[in-house]
Amino acid sequence: MCLGIPGKIVSLSGDIAEVDFGGVARKVSLLLCPEVNEGDYVLVHVGFAIQRLEKKEALETLELFKEMEQSWDEEDDKR
Amino acid sequence: MRKMTNGETRVASLVKEIFGLIDGGFRVMEVCGTHTVSIFRSGIRSLLPDRIELISGPGCPVCVTPIGEIDRALSLARQEDVVLLTFGDLMRVPGSISSLSMAHAEGSDVRIVTSPLEMVEIAQGEPGKQVVFFAVGFETTSPAIAASIREAQRKGIDNLFILSSLRLIPPALRVLLSSESLALDGFLLPGHVSVIIGAEPYGFLAREFSCRGVITGFEPLDILEGVFMLLRQKREGRSAIEIQYRRAVTEDGNPHALQLLKEVFMPADASWRGLGMIPNSGLALKEEFREMDAAEAFGIPCEEVDDPPGCRCGEVLQGLIRPPECPLFGRQCTPQHPVGPCMVSSEGSCAAFHRYGAAP
Repeated sequence: MCLGIPGKIVSLSGDIAEVDFGGVARKVSLLLCPEVNEGDYVLVHVGFAIQRLEKKEALETLELFKEMEQSWDEEDDKR
Repeated sequence: MRKMTNGETRVASLVKEIFGLIDGGFRVMEVCGTHTVSIFRSGIRSLLPDRIELISGPGCPVCVTPIGEIDRALSLARQEDVVLLTFGDLMRVPGSISSLSMAHAEGSDVRIVTSPLEMVEIAQGEPGKQVVFFAVGFETTSPAIAASIREAQRKGIDNLFILSSLRLIPPALRVLLSSESLALDGFLLPGHVSVIIGAEPYGFLAREFSCRGVITGFEPLDILEGVFMLLRQKREGRSAIEIQYRRAVTEDGNPHALQLLKEVFMPADASWRGLGMIPNSGLALKEEFREMDAAEAFGIPCEEVDDPPGCRCGEVLQGLIRPPECPLFGRQCTPQHPVGPCMVSSEGSCAAFHRYGAAP
């Protein structure tokens, strides 16, 4: 219920942004987070950006996701 | 041997520090369904010393919605020109007799939305219908709903109604701490609720109850760090509110979200499954938006309904028992045939316990 996913703003127009979530793009409302720009990373909940994230930290989270996925895949491959 | 990833190295070092700090039993409660699931899915309990107890509290907004409020939504859904909109996790929650998903199967117009903004589009696109949004959630979700209500107002939409079952976390924490049967050493505070409200609203935990709280993120590393920070407070003889989830949470929260909440909603008394009536723990529409209030517009009262016989969701939600201690768990009550909301909600404690196997 409190799922918040980080994504990168690819483009924006008024208070709607196109946000990229590691390959999947979705329209996101900026009504709660108006001071963002193209290229910023945001945390998204129920179709709304609720916080701007520092790029380094957003990437760290996404990197951690990828790392864990890769290591799980390697473990699965071994079985 | 495979080299450890950065993440694994950090996990190992945090676990080592935790073992170094543990000194006697340590009871920590989380109050966020997403924390419940993350803890189970990652198997963190198996890494922690046995003396640390991670307890699940009333953090699942679906689970704390009383049966009477589900029944109220159902009676609206069954009306002729009503379109009832809801988030997906409410569909299978049992009311007294039926569920939204059953009502839908029987022909009621019940639709799942993933964003509250969809309610504005739907109301605009179907002027002959009365569109009711069944609003369930905590502070993470209510600002998005407030923003959508403002949008509806801006567009002059007059066929949209809100059935508010929105709740606030801090008043529930106060009730939990006032219970004598629940002795806690600290809270892992909900990361995304705190993105909105910041750290200040939790200050009373430390000031009035000498209770520790760490606002924590949702990755396994975040949770381990949150537990570590609580233990460190104890070692240093402190009770404070700290932010572990620094990449998303600031002391003051999200001012735009808070402003919108203040413009559209006001605190109201609300009933919580398991905790009973808690003053000023829910959200009601302010005067300016009152004509959108579904309960008033449709004149539907909310009945008080007892839990089904044998169901102990109430005690699970207060952290007094673990799911397997409920006599119905895994027997009459399973994810396929849930009796109570803790089993049906994707973030319910019983569902998590059932899905991920017994916690170590």
